[in-house]
Amino acid sequence: MRSDSSLRRFLHGLPGVDQVGCEARAAGLGTRSIKTTSKAYAIDLAIRMVDLTTLEGADTHGKVRALASKAMRPDPADPSCPATAAVCVYPDMVGTAKQTLGDSGVHVAAVATAFPSGRASMDIKLADTRDAVEAGADEIDMVIDRGAFLSGRYLDVYEEIVQVKEACARADGSSAHLKVIFETGELQTYDNVRRVSWLAMMAGGHFIKTSTGKVQPAATLPVTLIMLEAVRDFREQTGQMVGVKPAGGIKTTKDAIKYLVMVNEIAGPDWLDPDWFRFGASTLLNDLLMQRTKMTTGRYSGPDYFTLD
Amino acid sequence: MSRIDVRKTYKLYINGQFPRSESGRSYVVNDAKGRLMANAAQASRKDARDAVVAARAAFGGWSGRTAYNRAQVVYRIAEVLEGRREQFEAELRASEGVSAAKARTYVDAAVDRLVWYAGWADKITQVTGNANPVAGPYFNLSTPEPSGVIAVVAPRGALLGLISVVAPAIITGNTVVVIASEQNPLTAITLGEVMATSDLPGGVVNVLTGSVAEIAPWLASHMDVNGLDLTGVTDADQARELEVAAADNLKRVRRPAPDTDWLLEPALDRMTRFMETKTVWHPIGV
Repeated sequence: MRSDSSLRRFLHGLPGVDQVGCEARAAGLGTRSIKTTSKAYAIDLAIRMVDLTTLEGADTHGKVRALASKAMRPDPADPSCPATAAVCVYPDMVGTAKQTLGDSGVHVAAVATAFPSGRASMDIKLADTRDAVEAGADEIDMVIDRGAFLSGRYLDVYEEIVQVKEACARADGSSAHLKVIFETGELQTYDNVRRVSWLAMMAGGHFIKTSTGKVQPAATLPVTLIMLEAVRDFREQTGQMVGVKPAGGIKTTKDAIKYLVMVNEIAGPDWLDPDWFRFGASTLLNDLLMQRTKMTTGRYSGPDYFTLD
Repeated sequence: MSRIDVRKTYKLYINGQFPRSESGRSYVVNDAKGRLMANAAQASRKDARDAVVAARAAFGGWSGRTAYNRAQVVYRIAEVLEGRREQFEAELRASEGVSAAKARTYVDAAVDRLVWYAGWADKITQVTGNANPVAGPYFNLSTPEPSGVIAVVAPRGALLGLISVVAPAIITGNTVVVIASEQNPLTAITLGEVMATSDLPGGVVNVLTGSVAEIAPWLASHMDVNGLDLTGVTDADQARELEVAAADNLKRVRRPAPDTDWLLEPALDRMTRFMETKTVWHPIGV
């Protein structure tokens, strides 16, 4: 049985993050030049890793259907273009997305637990999660209670993740994958990012995710680097592999490739797989498609040739 | 004690800023007597790509302004150019080897050309638009609208030639990526300084310096470029290849005219070439 104090002892016993070193390492990895066949590989891999996201108050069933169609066939003009990993929607849109995606292999991810603030009672958060799972969500993106974490109530955060994970169970015994969103833009320090990563992994999260996309700064390279180190070290100690998902603010192919370089260098090539690394993004996909078209046709493409959402 | 010369670094003009070429390259530009004048940035295809992105981003705002306001901005370019005429006369004399009187004529003509086109901004629609007669209870109106992003290969005339191809494209609401004359690129960048201080929004005019043979094919085949002005292309084979590359997305193309006498008053076709006619039917209330 864990307690607040044992968690605090462990989390505060983790080595502190060297801020300058971490930022320099992330910037250094961002200067790698990835060209020709490596670039083509990276672009296709990045497309396969995209969680195509729409999380707007103005979302409609029609928009979700359009997004799901795009996820299955991102470039209708080129059948060799791979599908994205998933579409990410609010729980009430899960049914619509599932219906459109059918058995295409593209997953439906739903944000739950009073996304994006996470400010609701536990019962409501669990009901939100069960509702999304029952509607057919393959993956649940939960937000942690940042207030509890920042005020040092680590056990509350831990218990919350454990309970939401239980709520991800389906009637047939299987269970939806759980991604834990930290909202690193609100966590103030890199040390906190490292601590929350370990906390979420110990609580059983399948994926750790940087941000909701609703708070600035969203995903950054240094934060993702710390999380990649955490999943690498966690596997060394426990043998369990946990995925990483940076979300928000990744808009260009260049950015995406920087992340992929970092995944390979920090966590290792095992994570270069849509099962273990994802991009939470909406505009990124079009830039990837434009770059892909540039590589296959040899001429620059334009935004006119790709759908907006 | 002698003073150290403060020499200008000639860079590119993209999105209202003056970046060096992404490639880090430069090339030597000689004056009319073959002596080193300065180094110019040698733009790469990626600079051209960035310039197109900037031009596309600027298009909505620029084409959405009133014609009257675009006229004011282009007139303002003329004002600022007039205020810096000594600098331009000196540059023209050095780079093209023309006499003082000839240089003054060119700067006069360049300023006048800007004012001339500025005046056309709110008149070109009236001259080239139409109320079409139709057999039904409708108004049928055709009006010209800007094409979008225009890639321009500028002719040799470093100042007047450049203004004569850029001004007609932007006055109607297009945005421009222009490859300056390869031999005389410096005046184009100095003109960029004038445009940057004339209320012209960043990205409406983007100036690249470097090899036309290297950059132009990327702009000709670029799917997000709507028009191609080959005025400054001197090689017929090159022009043909560029025109073929431009066909993929049906760009409007203007064929080469390197020997034009830019001192003559232009016709309207430099404006109308890069416009699209929109026709609307509107019911007449009974």
